[in-house]
Amino acid sequence: MKHDGRFGRYGGCYVPEILVPALEQLEAAFLEAEEDPQFGAELQELLATYAGRPTPLTRCRNLAAGTPARIYLKREDLLHGGAHKTNQVLAQGLLAKRMGKRRLIAETGAGQHGVATALAGALFGLETEIYMGADDVERQQLNVFRMELMGARVIPVTGGGRTLKDAVNEALRDWTASFPETHYLLGTAAGPHPFPTMVRQFQRVIGREARAQTLEVEGRLPDSVVACVGGGSNAIGMFSDFVPDEDVALIGVEAAGKGLNGHEHGATILRGSHGILHGTETLVLQDSDGQVADSWSISAGLDYPAVGPEHAHLKETGRASYVGVEDGDALAAFQALAQTEGIIPAFESAHALAHALELAEAATEETVIVVNLSGRGDKDMAQAVKLLKGAEA
Amino acid sequence: MSRYEEMFLRLHQRAEGAFGGFLMLGDPDVATSAALLDALVEGGADMMEVGIAFSDPVADGPVIQAAAERALGAGVRVDDCFGLIAQFRAKHPAVPVGILTYANLLAARGRERFMTDAAAAGADSILVADVPSLEAEPYAAAARAAGLDYVMIAAPNTPEPVIRRIAELSSGYTYCVARAGVTGTRDRLALDHDQLFGLLREAGAPPPVLGFGISTPDQVGEALASGAAGVIAGSALVRLGADADGLRELVLAMKAATALPGSQEEQHGRFA
Ligand SMILES: Cc1ncc(COP(=O)(O)O)c(C=O)c1O
Repeated sequence: MKHDGRFGRYGGCYVPEILVPALEQLEAAFLEAEEDPQFGAELQELLATYAGRPTPLTRCRNLAAGTPARIYLKREDLLHGGAHKTNQVLAQGLLAKRMGKRRLIAETGAGQHGVATALAGALFGLETEIYMGADDVERQQLNVFRMELMGARVIPVTGGGRTLKDAVNEALRDWTASFPETHYLLGTAAGPHPFPTMVRQFQRVIGREARAQTLEVEGRLPDSVVACVGGGSNAIGMFSDFVPDEDVALIGVEAAGKGLNGHEHGATILRGSHGILHGTETLVLQDSDGQVADSWSISAGLDYPAVGPEHAHLKETGRASYVGVEDGDALAAFQALAQTEGIIPAFESAHALAHALELAEAATEETVIVVNLSGRGDKDMAQAVKLLKGAEA
Repeated sequence: MSRYEEMFLRLHQRAEGAFGGFLMLGDPDVATSAALLDALVEGGADMMEVGIAFSDPVADGPVIQAAAERALGAGVRVDDCFGLIAQFRAKHPAVPVGILTYANLLAARGRERFMTDAAAAGADSILVADVPSLEAEPYAAAARAAGLDYVMIAAPNTPEPVIRRIAELSSGYTYCVARAGVTGTRDRLALDHDQLFGLLREAGAPPPVLGFGISTPDQVGEALASGAAGVIAGSALVRLGADADGLRELVLAMKAATALPGSQEEQHGRFA
C-alpha cells in the first residue's frame, strides 16, 4: 500500500491477509485513475450526461418562512437513480472496468446501494450480484425487483442478524475468494483502506458544487452545512471542500431512532465506542465484549452500527459536530418539505432537514444553511403510507 | 522453550507432523465445549486452536459462523472463554493452545489487557484473523510483552515482502491457508505450497501449519507430504457438533495420518 488510510487514529486496513492484494490493486488503480485525465473526462461525461450533474441548489421558499434563516437544498435527489449513490457507483464501475474485472458485488440494506450498483453493472456490462439480508429481501420486494430488472442477482444473507452488516460480511467473504475477477463496490465511505478515501473523492463533487453555488447566489459561504450520516458517504462528500473554511459549521446528523437513551438507534458517533468493524478502526455500536450491536432507524440507509473513519476523526478534532434526530422528527420534516416545497425527500435526508429546521427556528439573526438532500423519497413510499396513514386511521 | 517448540521437537523425534484441532469456545455451551476440547486431546490432537466468537466473523465460512452464533446465542462471554482455556490448561499442561479471534474483541477489552488475560489463562498464541501484516506491529508487540506467540497467516498469494514481515513479527508457527477464501471444508486441497513453504523457510518464518479446508486423513497426509510441519482441521470438526465420540474418532484417524514417511522427515526437520 502507498498510504496507510489513517484519519488520525481511525481508519486503516483490517482484513484477512489474503484480501490485502485486492485492496492493494484497488489503491493502485484508484491513484492511477486520479492522475489520468482520460478517466476524469470519462467520469465527467457520465456524471453530466447520464447522471445529471451538476445538481441544482434550491432555496426553500416556504419551509423556514418566518425565521431569519435561508435554507438551501443540494439536490442529490434529482440525480439519476434518486440518490447521491450514483456519483460513486459510476466512478467505481469505471475503475472496475479499468482493472479488468468482469463481476461486481455489493452489499445493500434496504436496496438503495444495490439498485445503484445494479445500474452501474448494466451500464458497464458487468455481472452483478448483490448481498442483502434475508429479512431486508422480505421487506423490500420492490427494490429487489428493481435490481433484478437491471440484470442483477440478489443473494439473501441468512447468517447473523440478516441485515446490512451481515450483507457486508458476506460480500467481504465472497471477495476473499473472488477478487481476481470481481470488484467489491462498497456503498459508503467506510470499510478498509482505500474505500473511505476513494468514496470521499468520488462524492466530493457534491460539496464542490454546493460551495460554488452558494458563493454565487449568496455572495458568501454558508454558516452551516448539514448532512445525514449512515456510513458517511453523502456527508463526507458534502463536507470535504468546506473543511478548510473554518467559519462554516459542518454538522452530521445521525439517526437517533427511538431515542438516544435506549438501544434502538443508529447513532454511532454519539453513542458508539472505539472499535474495528468491516476493515476499519472507527466508532462502533457494541457491547463491552466487542460484539457488534444491532442498530435501528426508520431509514434503512442510516441503520448501520459503524461509521466511516473520517467522521470519527472529524468529530475527535472538533472540525465537524454530530447530532441525533429521532424517527418522529425526521418524519415530520419529511412531511413538511413535501407540503411546503413540493419535494419528497428520502427518510435519510429528512434527518438532515429536521436538524436544519431546528437551526432555523433557533436562529436570532440571518443565517444561511445548506442541507444535502441526499436522495428522493420514492423508495420510502410504502413505509410512509404505513406510518402516516396507519397513524391517522 | 515454548510449548510449540517443545511440541515440534517431540514430534520430530517421533517422525510425526503436528495435528491441530480447532473448536469454537462455548459452542454449543460452556460445559459441552469443555468436554469437546478434552475429546480432541483424547483423539490425539497435538495442539489446539480455539476460537473466541465474534458477531461479525468475515474470515469464516458457514460452519464456523454458525458455531460462533451458537456460542454467542448461549450467552458466552470473553471471560467464559478465558475460563475454558484455564480449565483446559490445568488438565493438559503440555498441549499448546492458540487463540483465533477478531480485532474488535481486542479493541473492546484493550489490546494489551486482552493479551495479558489470554496469557494468564494459559494460552500460548494468538492469531487475529482480520489483522494483516500491514497492521500487525502493535499486535505482535503486545503479544510478545504478554508472553504470547503471535501467529500470522500466509497464503499462496502472499508476496515476498509480507513473508519477510511474518518472519520478523511472528512466532510459534505460521498459519498457512490452502487457498484464497474463508474457512470451510474443501473436496480438494490446492497443494501448490512447495513454493510458499520454501519462501517461509528461507525467510526464517516459524514452522508452517496448513489450515483452511483440511477434512480427511488423506488431506492430512498430502499436506504433510507437501512440506507442512502440521495441519489444523477446523470446519470438519466443528460440523460434528456436540458429538464427542465422533470427534474423538475423526481426530484419531487424522492424527494417524501424521506419521511422516522417511523422505519427508528431513524436510520437516528443518523447521523443528
Ligand atoms: C438517500 C440516502 N441518503 C443517505 C444514505 C446514507 O448513506 P451515507 O451515510 O453513506 O451517505 C443512504 C444510504 O442508503 C441513502 O440512500
